[in-house]
Amino acid sequence: MKQLLALLLLAGALPATAQIDPVLLRRVPRDTSRLQLNMDAVYNRPFVQPGRLPVALGGYVEANYQYAATDGVSEGHQFQMRRLTLFVSSSIAKRIRFLTEIEFEDGTKEINIEFASVDVEFSPLLNVRGGVVMNPIGAFNQNHDGPKWEFVDRPLSATQLLPATWSNVGAGLYGKKFGATWVVAYEAYLTNGFDDQIISNTQNRTYLPASKLNPDRFEESFNGVPLFTGKAALRHRRVGEVGVSYMGGVYNKFEDDGLRLDRRRGLQVWAVDLTSTVPKTRTVLTGEWAWVRVNIPDAYSPQYGQRQAGGFVDLVQPVMRGTIFGFDRAVLNAALRLEYVDWNRDRFAETGGLIGDETLAVVSAVSWRPTAQTVIRLNYRRQWARDFLGNPPARTAAVQLGFSTYF
Amino acid sequence: MKFDSHMSKPSMRLSGLAAVWLLLASCELIFPQAPADDAVLDGPVAGLTPEQHAQFLRGDVAFNDGVFTSRTGLGPVFVAASCGSCHAGDGKGHPTTTLTRFGQVDSTGNLFLQRGGPQLQHRALPGFQPEQLPAGAAHSRFTPPANTGLGFLDAVPDAALLALADPTDVDGDGISGRPNWISAPGYITARPGTRVQAGRYIGRYGKKAAAYDLLHQTAAAYNQDMGIVSSYEAVDAHSGQLADPEVSNQTVLDVVAYLKMLKAPVQREPNHPDVLTGEQAFLRIGCGKCHTPQLTTGASPIAALAHQTVRPYTDLLLHDMGPGLNDGYTEGTAAPAEWRTPALWGLGLSPNSQGGTYFLLHDGRARSIEDAIRQHGGEGQPSRERFDSLSAEQQRQLVRFLQSL
Ligand code: HEC
Ligand code: HEC
Repeated sequence: MKQLLALLLLAGALPATAQIDPVLLRRVPRDTSRLQLNMDAVYNRPFVQPGRLPVALGGYVEANYQYAATDGVSEGHQFQMRRLTLFVSSSIAKRIRFLTEIEFEDGTKEINIEFASVDVEFSPLLNVRGGVVMNPIGAFNQNHDGPKWEFVDRPLSATQLLPATWSNVGAGLYGKKFGATWVVAYEAYLTNGFDDQIISNTQNRTYLPASKLNPDRFEESFNGVPLFTGKAALRHRRVGEVGVSYMGGVYNKFEDDGLRLDRRRGLQVWAVDLTSTVPKTRTVLTGEWAWVRVNIPDAYSPQYGQRQAGGFVDLVQPVMRGTIFGFDRAVLNAALRLEYVDWNRDRFAETGGLIGDETLAVVSAVSWRPTAQTVIRLNYRRQWARDFLGNPPARTAAVQLGFSTYF
Repeated sequence: MKFDSHMSKPSMRLSGLAAVWLLLASCELIFPQAPADDAVLDGPVAGLTPEQHAQFLRGDVAFNDGVFTSRTGLGPVFVAASCGSCHAGDGKGHPTTTLTRFGQVDSTGNLFLQRGGPQLQHRALPGFQPEQLPAGAAHSRFTPPANTGLGFLDAVPDAALLALADPTDVDGDGISGRPNWISAPGYITARPGTRVQAGRYIGRYGKKAAAYDLLHQTAAAYNQDMGIVSSYEAVDAHSGQLADPEVSNQTVLDVVAYLKMLKAPVQREPNHPDVLTGEQAFLRIGCGKCHTPQLTTGASPIAALAHQTVRPYTDLLLHDMGPGLNDGYTEGTAAPAEWRTPALWGLGLSPNSQGGTYFLLHDGRARSIEDAIRQHGGEGQPSRERFDSLSAEQQRQLVRFLQSL
């Protein structure tokens, strides 16, 4: 907590000095010479560097208005401050750098260190990263900044199936190999992992994000078994990027004080992600699909599924580029998201029928980007959520209008 | 996609787009309508006070969203983790949430109380062993019933039920409803005019009418279905020991109030010709002798429930349903073949909470309304035979009537 305060004070103090003499403010030039992957997203952000200080600052904020109704019942008009995130990065030495990302969610209801790592580069193919890292499962987890997306809500599969933002203390390696028109990359980390809340939570379903509630997870591993997360990605300059990732470990406390409590129970997650731009129309396609497998005790509640799956596809189509309201590089996009999560792909032991517990949503969006770093977006969501028994779905509709911007 | 640097055109297009959006958003079409009152079972009775509404909402949250976990006391042996997981949308349940009761074969009591009886908790937290059905134990399976209109049923005076009863079949119609005389727990509050016979009370909830009131039913459900100890039912189902309460009295009472204040199901298309003809047939062939169409409530602390006439289609009494429905297991003074007449209101909405199909009768064995009728034996046999001898069209109309409930 103390460190956090110190960081915040630092973050607060620097822009204050900057305000006195804005000339001192220097935008850190972004590395555009090389192909950027989803894994580079943490560093591939607009930073501001005050004067000659070796520290760069950045952040983003997102807020919105929402009117949502489920089966005719609405909570009325809502104004939501979803998150405020601050980044501080620093080049400690030539090939040693540090970056941290601190996020305040829903006002100050949640304060998280999403990322806080030191990276040491030995060669482009071999970097060591340690600290609080973002587990590279899927692409969204690492590339989650609000201003990059045309949608107010994060994808369901990224936040309610996979637990974005999912970061843990640990260390690992990453690297890249470049070709003329392509780059391949890998990442592999060992971190603290999940705990048994994934099968014991008030969602009453297997729910990986429940482990984020464990306040001790940055300090100790729940069961002493590291979680492995690995990813391989390939990017072609014209075609786009595909990634394949895996995360696996043990989630239960099988032993305490040397006494056996249960068998080791594992979880495995696989994900594929895809980002591509259709050159002719400049349509951007982003998608991710994940599969989850959790070892659940036989006699436990069937509400907790052994198998889950879900994902999303986003289509973003720029419909207008140019000067809009005096912003000379503005873009107007139309976008569509299809998303689906099935939290329980098991069958009922009693009837052999398929268990429900699934949600399908379609979100359409119009977004206006006066600059690349700011997005003002209008979303309309339709969602159908089936309960565990597969009863007729609860129908939700929502209109959201909000902005998200780097600062 | 030609670059357009002219100011006014894009801004016009932009505001045009925004205008269309806002127009659509303000349009009713954009937001799914609330289902009609007759299409859902949940929702409060009309005429509640603001204070009662507040308690209804608290109870609703505890009933539907109050999911227990190992951290909040679930189990260690249990059947499900929330009321709502068995009573989805306050409707009937699914085989996956079916309870197994065992051990009692006659009115002398349960022989298996030391071995996990009367209810099987066949699920357990990781690291614990669930209960197994002891070999040779008589048992029966109970599918969750709907929870609607229970406050009205609660407010029907004992005298009205006794007036419907005919234990020795004095009128000779082959139907001899009788109450289940149960020993009620000490924490119940006797309703005005309650009848007591040799220290026993009239049960009215559950498949065999073994629960006196909604507090009895609720406290037992917390304890037996979820392994949640309360100050009412303070003995843990697994250890058999007194345990610290895991749910507050206030929450239990809010849930009880919620159940009481749930509205009665609203009939759909009551004036459709088939529905009207079907209802006449239903009464003519004697279904209404047990599925009593109309009951009148007495006094109630909830004004909206007092002195109301409702149409639940039950007499809340036990009937011998013949060997086909005799599982050899019983509760209270009910014989193994005796079942409490289930209310038929809300019947047509059952598939909306049973995963899209019907699971009827006490254990969900009947997969359609016709199937449920055809399994009536014992006291129900004569009316079942009369149903069989109706023409196909008349049978369809009768079923159409039941679906409208
Ligand atoms: C495991 C599934 C399950 C859970 C959990 C459960 N119930 Fe039930 N409920 C049933 C079954 C099965 C019955 C029929 C029981 C009987 O016949 O005794 C029933 C009966 C009832 C009844 C009687 C309805 C009637 O018409 O007679 C009420 C009221 C009720 N439950 C309320 C609750 C409440 C309140 C909770 C939560 C505290 C709850 N139930 C939790 C399965 C469940
Ligand atoms: C003798 C009393 C009696 C008569 C007469 C009777 N029923 Fe029933 N009915 C019952 C009982 C008791 C049950 C519950 C049996 C069980 O759960 O195993 C029941 C169950 C049902 C059910 C299933 C309800 C549910 O919630 O699962 C339907 C439908 C039904 N009866 C319709 C009828 C029709 C139609 C008739 C006339 C042909 C009829 N009953 C005549 C006593 C009667």
